[in-house]
Amino acid sequence: MFKILRKEILGPEMVLMELAAPNVAKTAEPGQFVVVRVYEKGERIPLTIADFDRTKGTVTIVFQKIGKTTHLLGTKNEGDALADVFGPLGNPTEIESFGKVVVVGGGIGIAPIYPISRKLKSKGNRVISIIGYRAKDYVFWEEKMRSVSDKLLISTNDGSYGEKGFVTDVLKRVLEEEKDIERVFTIGPAVMMKAVADMTRPYSIKTIASLNSLMVCGMGMCGACRVTVGGETKFTCSDGPDFDAHLVDFDELMKRLNIYKEEEKLSFEKWKEEVK
Amino acid sequence: MNVNKKLTPMKEQEPHERRNNFFEVPLGYTKEEAILEASRCLQCPTHPCIEGCPVHINIPAFIKAIKEEKFDLAIDIIHESNLLPAVTGRVCPQEEQCQAVCVMGKVGDPVGIGRLERFVADLDLEKRRKGEVTVPKKEKDNGIKVAIVGSGPAGLSCAADLSRMGYDVTIFEAFHVAGGVLVYGIPEFRLPKAIVEEEISMLSKMGVKFVFDFLVGRTRTIQGLFDDGFKAVFLGTGAGLPQFMHIPGENLGGIYSANEFLTRVNLMKAYKFPEFDTPIKRAKRVAVIGGGNVAMDAARTALRLGAEHVYLIYRRSREEMPARAEEIVHAEEEGIEFVLLSNPVRYIGDEKGFVKQVECIKMQLGEPDSSGRRRPIPIEGSEFTIDIDEAIVAIGTTPNPIIAKTTEGLKVGRHGEILVDENLQTSVKGVFAGGDIVTGAATVITAMGAGRLAAKSIDRFIKGEI
Repeated sequence: MFKILRKEILGPEMVLMELAAPNVAKTAEPGQFVVVRVYEKGERIPLTIADFDRTKGTVTIVFQKIGKTTHLLGTKNEGDALADVFGPLGNPTEIESFGKVVVVGGGIGIAPIYPISRKLKSKGNRVISIIGYRAKDYVFWEEKMRSVSDKLLISTNDGSYGEKGFVTDVLKRVLEEEKDIERVFTIGPAVMMKAVADMTRPYSIKTIASLNSLMVCGMGMCGACRVTVGGETKFTCSDGPDFDAHLVDFDELMKRLNIYKEEEKLSFEKWKEEVK
Repeated sequence: MNVNKKLTPMKEQEPHERRNNFFEVPLGYTKEEAILEASRCLQCPTHPCIEGCPVHINIPAFIKAIKEEKFDLAIDIIHESNLLPAVTGRVCPQEEQCQAVCVMGKVGDPVGIGRLERFVADLDLEKRRKGEVTVPKKEKDNGIKVAIVGSGPAGLSCAADLSRMGYDVTIFEAFHVAGGVLVYGIPEFRLPKAIVEEEISMLSKMGVKFVFDFLVGRTRTIQGLFDDGFKAVFLGTGAGLPQFMHIPGENLGGIYSANEFLTRVNLMKAYKFPEFDTPIKRAKRVAVIGGGNVAMDAARTALRLGAEHVYLIYRRSREEMPARAEEIVHAEEEGIEFVLLSNPVRYIGDEKGFVKQVECIKMQLGEPDSSGRRRPIPIEGSEFTIDIDEAIVAIGTTPNPIIAKTTEGLKVGRHGEILVDENLQTSVKGVFAGGDIVTGAATVITAMGAGRLAAKSIDRFIKGEI
């Protein structure tokens, strides 16, 4: 069992939990993820590691309450325990001294982009961060992101905080202003990562996306998370989750994310009835 | 001599009933039936059956004990070589192993060794449920730590033997339960999960430690295990990497690897969705690609999930199917439709990205290939389509590459299999490997045999003999 040591509400439907998982914390690296199972009858869901502390033996997850499992997880409190926290999984994000880099995070994806930015900064990169939220209420980790960025740009869809618009609107301007961007990293909804990839493609700037496929095992034995990259089938959990965004078939990824839409709805409705 | 030439029959659930449930199909022997079957054993002095068994159970001795109604003695004899008899009695292909060489087979049916093994094992489990536990004898603890990676059949039998020798054994398992393919792969109706759990619990009682949610290669490297004080490591991580055909449309919704389909159903209990949270598509028309045991398991599972048509598409003919004869018969009895000498060439999807058809091509058999089986050759222009709403790809698995990728100096073969010497030692000193990760996908019992051999080698390695 894996104890919840700290719980923080980050915004509407957005929750942070710091979990006691010493085995995971000991070897976790930015870009990796865990597979979590809340309770005995639960499903396995992948969540990116938003932070880790080797001395305390903890990993931090940040999630948005969308369906049954994330809502159920959201009902858990400090002192409660989760059935399984499995990891760290996937390949760590490849981080070197690239020079000038841009990180683009959207919504809940801003959490996992934080440790990546931190490591990029520690390797001497000039980090330009673009983070986007739905609205002002959803803003979280602004200061944390500022502490690991040379320049921080914020947007909200409705303009209630920072610039009005999408992260890609900000990115467009940055790509025109900054001439020597060596690499772009992006984490967020698939549709956002696709838009980021489309935007950087004409500039030929290598762009890395951390894919959010559906998963079951998380270790390469089932292929639920398969994705087409450069015409080849890859497993997100073991070959990724980072891939060259210009080679990813995002349309297929988005279709595959919807495979269980009906079942997810059924499961969530049933749960809502039960907890009423 | 007047011996009954016929195998004592075993009761089974009727096909029309069992195709709607996940309960076990064969129901096991009664005491009377077991004694009757045991009396067919000739107790021949050559006992080829022992050599035919990959873990060398003293078969005539345990059968003699059954005949004399000494059931406790029978289970003790089996436990000397095999701590999972309730499992192996159910899933071993005995017809190719112990029973293939049974002397009785020359005059009639071979003795039903697997059924007898299952009978005594089930009796023992019943006793254990009442709290009467007999833990196998052990050597004095020697305090030397050995790490077992993977809790499938190979790892479990290696752990059992090392524990009996007095070692301090820890099994590292990536999933949240022990058993490997016994829990995620083989379906409930062939191998009830409660039985697997009960059998494995014997190892905990012997003092074997289990660490779950631990992926060696990621959570810790092999070097990390040595740094943590383990003196030797056994790799029994199996052949868990599913193969796909790499044909157009294979990533459409509704297309599963058999590993994913079976993991959802068996391990995550998706057949009980929404009581359990893991979903599975409940399809009406299902294509299963392949002709092995896994294909049979997937097809029969799809049927039990409510499919009206399950097509088993296999590129060779029925004679070449690698699945056990018994499982092919079971599948047929339940109404699985065999589409033989046919191979998928592409999947066709709807606008939402779900599979709606599979296009196949007819095959004919040519000259035998390197495996000795006649090679299937496509017949030009013979394409045809089948309407489906789900496909399960069961064309085989190869070893999972994570350990090989993350272990410096570990030599692997062409298919990713770990290379070992005659003692099952890998190219890294003190690291041993066995089971499907070495051989590619094989059987539960050969993996257990490899686990036992590795345990002997690890003991000799620690004593400085190799």
